[in-house]
Amino acid sequence: MITYTMPDSHGRFGNFGGRYVPETLMPALLELEEAYEEAINDPTFCKELNDYLTHYIGRETPLYYAENLTKKLAGPQIYLKREDLNHTGAHKINNTIGQALLTLRMGKKKVVAETGAGQHGVATATVCSLLGLECVVFMGEEDMRRQKLNVFRMELLGAEVRSVKNGSGTLKDAVNDALRYWVANVEDTHYILGSVVGPHPFPKIVRDFQSIIGKETKQQILKQDGSLPDAIIACVGGGSNAMGMFYPFIEDEQVKLYGVEAGGAGLDTNQHASVLVHPSPGILHGTMTNLLQDTHGQIQEAFSISAGLDYPGVGPEHSHLNDTRRVAYVSITDDEAVTAFQTLCQAEGIIPALESAHAIAFAEKLAMQMDSEQTLVICLSGRGDKDVEQIKHVLEDK
Amino acid sequence: MGKERLVNYLNQLQNENKNLFVPYIMAGDGGLNKLKERTLFLQNCGVAAIEVGIPFSDPVADGPTIQNAGKRSLDNDTTLTAVLEELESFKDERTVTIIIMAYSNPIYRYGIERFTASCVHAGIDGLIIPDLPLEEEKMVTDALQQSSVAFIRLAALTSSRERIKTLAHRSEGFLYAVTVTGTTGVRTSYETKVKTYLHQLKQQSPVPVLAGFGVSTSKQAKELSSYCDGVVVGSKIVDLFHEGKTEEIKQLIQASI
Repeated sequence: MITYTMPDSHGRFGNFGGRYVPETLMPALLELEEAYEEAINDPTFCKELNDYLTHYIGRETPLYYAENLTKKLAGPQIYLKREDLNHTGAHKINNTIGQALLTLRMGKKKVVAETGAGQHGVATATVCSLLGLECVVFMGEEDMRRQKLNVFRMELLGAEVRSVKNGSGTLKDAVNDALRYWVANVEDTHYILGSVVGPHPFPKIVRDFQSIIGKETKQQILKQDGSLPDAIIACVGGGSNAMGMFYPFIEDEQVKLYGVEAGGAGLDTNQHASVLVHPSPGILHGTMTNLLQDTHGQIQEAFSISAGLDYPGVGPEHSHLNDTRRVAYVSITDDEAVTAFQTLCQAEGIIPALESAHAIAFAEKLAMQMDSEQTLVICLSGRGDKDVEQIKHVLEDK
Repeated sequence: MGKERLVNYLNQLQNENKNLFVPYIMAGDGGLNKLKERTLFLQNCGVAAIEVGIPFSDPVADGPTIQNAGKRSLDNDTTLTAVLEELESFKDERTVTIIIMAYSNPIYRYGIERFTASCVHAGIDGLIIPDLPLEEEKMVTDALQQSSVAFIRLAALTSSRERIKTLAHRSEGFLYAVTVTGTTGVRTSYETKVKTYLHQLKQQSPVPVLAGFGVSTSKQAKELSSYCDGVVVGSKIVDLFHEGKTEEIKQLIQASI
């Protein structure tokens, strides 16, 4: 039995984490840390959060026994944690509702967020509309083009979407501009970061709000199957659905945990987003973690068919769990993800997000090494309606 | 070299009743061969020190002007290694003090101890890291304390009284007072609380206090210098060098000091 108490009081997960930000932001991070600790120890806050999780977001989400996929893969018994059934269609809202309630608690009326594929942006715009907060979302120009419908969704919900033209016009650049906006508006604005990245306390706060995924899964699998699963798989971009799923199982050493990074065009190319395959520690967006970077410390662009995994860093806690080998990090290519996307559509009548399709693709490989006495849980982090048009183009090009 | 030289240099200028003026230039903007020319030009204009920026792919403390200059510099394949080598190559030809401004990651990748040694070798007097607050500065302070390189801290308008006190007491060479709640870049006006803030810093700080971020005119420079010891001017200088308007740089500095 191991006990796991990360992060420490400095926001460190072993060698990773911390707060590498301009002095202007430090007071806001300290205020947030204090407000968060107070809030989670306040029964009124917890009740309010739980009420929204139940009645607005639709939790708990099912742990669905995927009988057809189980038969098809002829390995372990396969369960899907259905985060795609949350309001707005992904796990992202578990975090945004929590942080929006924190925003109100801190007496702030404005929110800024970044978004890649648009899922976090939509989840942020949604809770801001619900709670009467002003919302600005930064989104890369390239991502706005790829995800037009999500841009319109955010605007319908009352958010202002600002286009980011710097760099590659993707998630990394959107985080840069959201951080700059926060530096300039920190006195009345909270930054709702969308993943377990960024400076402390964000990786902890986002993990904690997302850990409802793993907590429910644990109760559900014990009830439905009578024992803990043998293995759990989740996709990892920044890594919030994975951290939320893994965290309640970290001390259960018999449960094997697998994080699936995006392999893009393949690990033998420089077009991928698999940060943990050849770990290279560095500092980006306020945290020490593994990065895609050159020998001079310049951050390189990540590549993935999935906008949500298209990030050249990874949550610092994942870097730590990779160092300690508690979680095994693997990589799935664009092609493998597209095939798995179709597999799940055809086997179960579920259209997965392209991000989640990476987890399905790895399950196909892992299943070959497991038997029918064993159980495997896959975190289905989101639904794939947003990706249907892109998949159509990919399949037409083949 | 280093702390002592920086302190003496600033003292000497203050004894001549001059406001301190520290221009920022982006190393590698226009090509790394411009670094020597621009350094010696600024030295002749009577500046207190030159802040030499190292380009970084993700400069979150910077506004559009310095972001673009950094991008131009990276497009020229500028590296920290090359900048330090270039600065070393003409260290005997300059009298002005040199401060490196770099984000954490390029320094971390270079290696802190190796970086400190290279700075000493290249005749660097001080270091500013805009994304390394008190909580994380131990990453560099152990190595820097063994060297002569001054570690200049930044204070912000949002800093608490307690943090200001700590920053002022730890800062070496001078204390950098960030005068806007925001990123670098030209501003036309300042919040009214800037005056009280600079006054507070002056009271706490055993080293000179220089105001920076947003300063672009000699009028602003003079006004801010009346509350502290001088200014750091970044984006405006970067723009003027980029546009080839060196005469205007000279006028701006001479009207400010």
